[in-house]
Amino acid sequence: MAELKIENLSKSFGNVKVIEDVSFTVNDGEFCIVLGPSGCGKSTILRLISGLERQDSGTIYIGDTEVSGHTPKERDVAMVFQNYALYPHMSVFDNMAFSLKMKNIPKSAIKRKVMEGAKLLKIDDLLQRKPKELSGGQRQRVAIGRAIVRKPQVFLFDEPLSNLDAKLRNAMRVELVGLHSKLNSTVVYVTHDQVEAMTLGQKVVLLNEGKIKQTGTPAELYDMPANLFTGTFIGSPQMNTLNGRIEKEGEKLLFNSSGIILDVSSWKSLKGYVGKAVTAGIRPESLLPDSNGPLTGKIELIEHLGSEIILHAIIGEMKLIARLSPDIEKRKGEAISFRLAWKGVHFFYKNERIS
Amino acid sequence: MLNKIAQKFLFLLVTLIIVFFSLLPFIWFFITSLKTEVEVTSIPPTLIPSGSLNFYRSGIEQYDLLHFVKNSIIIAGLTSIITLVIAIFAGYALARLRLPFKRVILGSLLVVSMFPQISIAGPVWRILQSLGWLNSYQGLILPYVTLTLPLGVWIIASFFKELPDELEDAARIDGCGHLQTLFRIMMPLAAPGIFTAAILIFIYSWNEFFFALLIMTQRDYQTLPVGIALFQGQYTLPWGEIAAASTIATVPLVLLVFIFQKRIMSGLSAGAVKG
Amino acid sequence: MILSLQERERAFGLILIIPTFLFVAIFSLYPIIYSFYLSFHRIILGLPGLGQKFVGFQNYIDLFHDRIALHSMFNTLIFVFISTSCEIILGLLIALVIHQKFKGRGVVRAAVLVPWAIPTVVASQMWRFLFNDKYGLINFAFFGSDINHYRAWLADPFFAFCAIIFADVWKTSSFAALLILAGLQTIPDELYKAAKIDGASGWQRFTHITLPLVKPALLIALLFRTMDALRIFDLVFVMTQGGPADSTNVLQFYGYKKIFAEGLMGYGSTISVFVFLITLIISIFYIKAIGSRLIEDKI
Repeated sequence: MAELKIENLSKSFGNVKVIEDVSFTVNDGEFCIVLGPSGCGKSTILRLISGLERQDSGTIYIGDTEVSGHTPKERDVAMVFQNYALYPHMSVFDNMAFSLKMKNIPKSAIKRKVMEGAKLLKIDDLLQRKPKELSGGQRQRVAIGRAIVRKPQVFLFDEPLSNLDAKLRNAMRVELVGLHSKLNSTVVYVTHDQVEAMTLGQKVVLLNEGKIKQTGTPAELYDMPANLFTGTFIGSPQMNTLNGRIEKEGEKLLFNSSGIILDVSSWKSLKGYVGKAVTAGIRPESLLPDSNGPLTGKIELIEHLGSEIILHAIIGEMKLIARLSPDIEKRKGEAISFRLAWKGVHFFYKNERIS
Repeated sequence: MLNKIAQKFLFLLVTLIIVFFSLLPFIWFFITSLKTEVEVTSIPPTLIPSGSLNFYRSGIEQYDLLHFVKNSIIIAGLTSIITLVIAIFAGYALARLRLPFKRVILGSLLVVSMFPQISIAGPVWRILQSLGWLNSYQGLILPYVTLTLPLGVWIIASFFKELPDELEDAARIDGCGHLQTLFRIMMPLAAPGIFTAAILIFIYSWNEFFFALLIMTQRDYQTLPVGIALFQGQYTLPWGEIAAASTIATVPLVLLVFIFQKRIMSGLSAGAVKG
Repeated sequence: MILSLQERERAFGLILIIPTFLFVAIFSLYPIIYSFYLSFHRIILGLPGLGQKFVGFQNYIDLFHDRIALHSMFNTLIFVFISTSCEIILGLLIALVIHQKFKGRGVVRAAVLVPWAIPTVVASQMWRFLFNDKYGLINFAFFGSDINHYRAWLADPFFAFCAIIFADVWKTSSFAALLILAGLQTIPDELYKAAKIDGASGWQRFTHITLPLVKPALLIALLFRTMDALRIFDLVFVMTQGGPADSTNVLQFYGYKKIFAEGLMGYGSTISVFVFLITLIISIFYIKAIGSRLIEDKI
């Protein structure tokens, strides 16, 4: 296992700039998630790390070696593909043994390593089967097994769970966490699913349109989003956004959003933004029901999820979503008022967070 | 409209007519080859032959039939192997690697395959003459390879194209270079297509006449089509022997067609539809 | 020199293509160009002493005045037109039959492929035998045992031509059928079901769904068959040798006679260039027509 360092990576396909000046480091043994919406460039980063594509500029280090110009073979990385990419004409055993065979490792050693990996992934009874005889989940395990057997410097995962059904996905997530702690591997895991990112990742790199939006632990990204994109991408249901202006009334700081006035004096940092257009980001759990609250409106929809209630309300011209405990007895069409909690409310100026 | 039974009957009738006419000439020749001299010229025609193998015997003894067979096997066989190897390389490059002008190359292969034989016959003959390769196996194999390459490349390339991109990525990451990826992963998976291409190339080379006629003027090197076309009798055409020779020439092909019809069909349409 | 990954891939790809390129260049491209060159010379094989005299466009002028050449072009074009039309129609019919799912479909498919699979010269001999004036099956089918009425089909200019067309249609309709079948198989079943629900009759379903959607395949079959029909040789060589009285003389056969039977390589090359140009023009015309049609259909 080794540290992975990426510096100023850029890549264009034709005229389209897919990745722009991307830099981050994955420490030895760290599980790093590269997260972002479709088309943000995250798969391209993976292909650049693996050596399947060549970057236009920038450098890549694996351990102490610069591998920017190396072939995939020379980089000693293993990749688990979204569609598993198992060799259809080979048995599970041969699939897992293939890379070792290419390295001319003796047969007995190959057998030992493959059995080890197969036992770890509980596929030791499937070794003689062909991929087409396996279920999706089993194929995924074989794909992972193929990567594990090599004991590579870095593991690369390209949205490996997106083709599995929800239940299987949850189960595999838990297994992956277990595997990682057992093997202590350096992992770069690409996904568009923020739940995966939040539960699996020790470090999350959030990308949009080829640029890094924020890097940090899942908690950091949730509690201290550096920009509006991060705030709205992370968190489900999505963060509520209100556009407005900061006004001063005597000693009080007010946030005016088309007639809705909120007292935001507690957020001292807003002092320097009087008169400026600012966006308020309010997490659904930060809307607290309060009959005297400043945000008054009508309930449009109530989603009962059992352990909580998701409430859609129309406040003024805005649609807000609140996350409430299931004890609240409210019905569609009724009036409701909220006040703001201190935690989970952020203000953004020109898309950057005001801290 | 016609009711269902009438429709089914009509369909059956049409199908039977199609099958009958498709096989009639072949079956008639086959029957003729098993007749005696008298039965061949009888009127009304003898429908059930006596099963005599005389024509086969005289074909082999007097007309050198086995020689033609041997030449055809060698030439068609070698052409198939050589063309396959070259087409696999080219098909892989065109289907999977990033190359400029891929469309142009495939398109020009198609165009070249449509050249009328006469337009290249003279110069090809001259080239072979100057090399001293007229009336030699290589003299016919080389033009045959050229003639069958477009077919081979198109079919094999279209089968390679079907394979998922990720397989190559996985192979590269597992440590394969380009050639290893081709031999260990891509070829085994495209084997059906390669096999189909082999069949089609073999059939083409076996049946080719124009160049065989021009390049092989000595009996020793002539192939079956040439032998059959140039059959001369003393006074009349030796129809019995021609029928026997034709049966020998076509039975292997008919067998191939019956066994591999699915593959042949998919191979031929691969070029058309996917192109 | 250290090549980047992309350059390495490119170099490798080019190496893989080189053998193909070599064969095509030496045995196809070069000969075409050389034919052009030869067409401007007077060369007689068998009389090497005469050398290679450059005669400019004289051969082409002679070609213009060559009645037989013009006649053979005429024959060729008529042949192409008639046989190709028949093959497309028959091919469509056969394709429609094979497209249905029924027991024994494999046998029908294989039977239909047999004409395609056998050597053309063998097919030619088969049909020659069937058309035989003394004991051919066709005479028997028409006139029974009445020998006196038997016709020498291949000795009559008109019937000889028909015989050639007949044999060619027999031989290659199945190939056209295969190409058209491929097109038929791309038409989704749901379209027919929806049309049935909408009340369309079998004939209406055929004219409004099948025909329009199978058009691209029809055009491709037309292109391939036309190109092949222009090159007809084997049938003529075996069945009629261009006769009787040049009634079945076609371009490739005439060129063959000039170069290889009479040894006039210069003039023969002129004919071969002429054939090449005709083929080229027709194919460009086709590709342009089909290309735009295919794009139209996709939109």
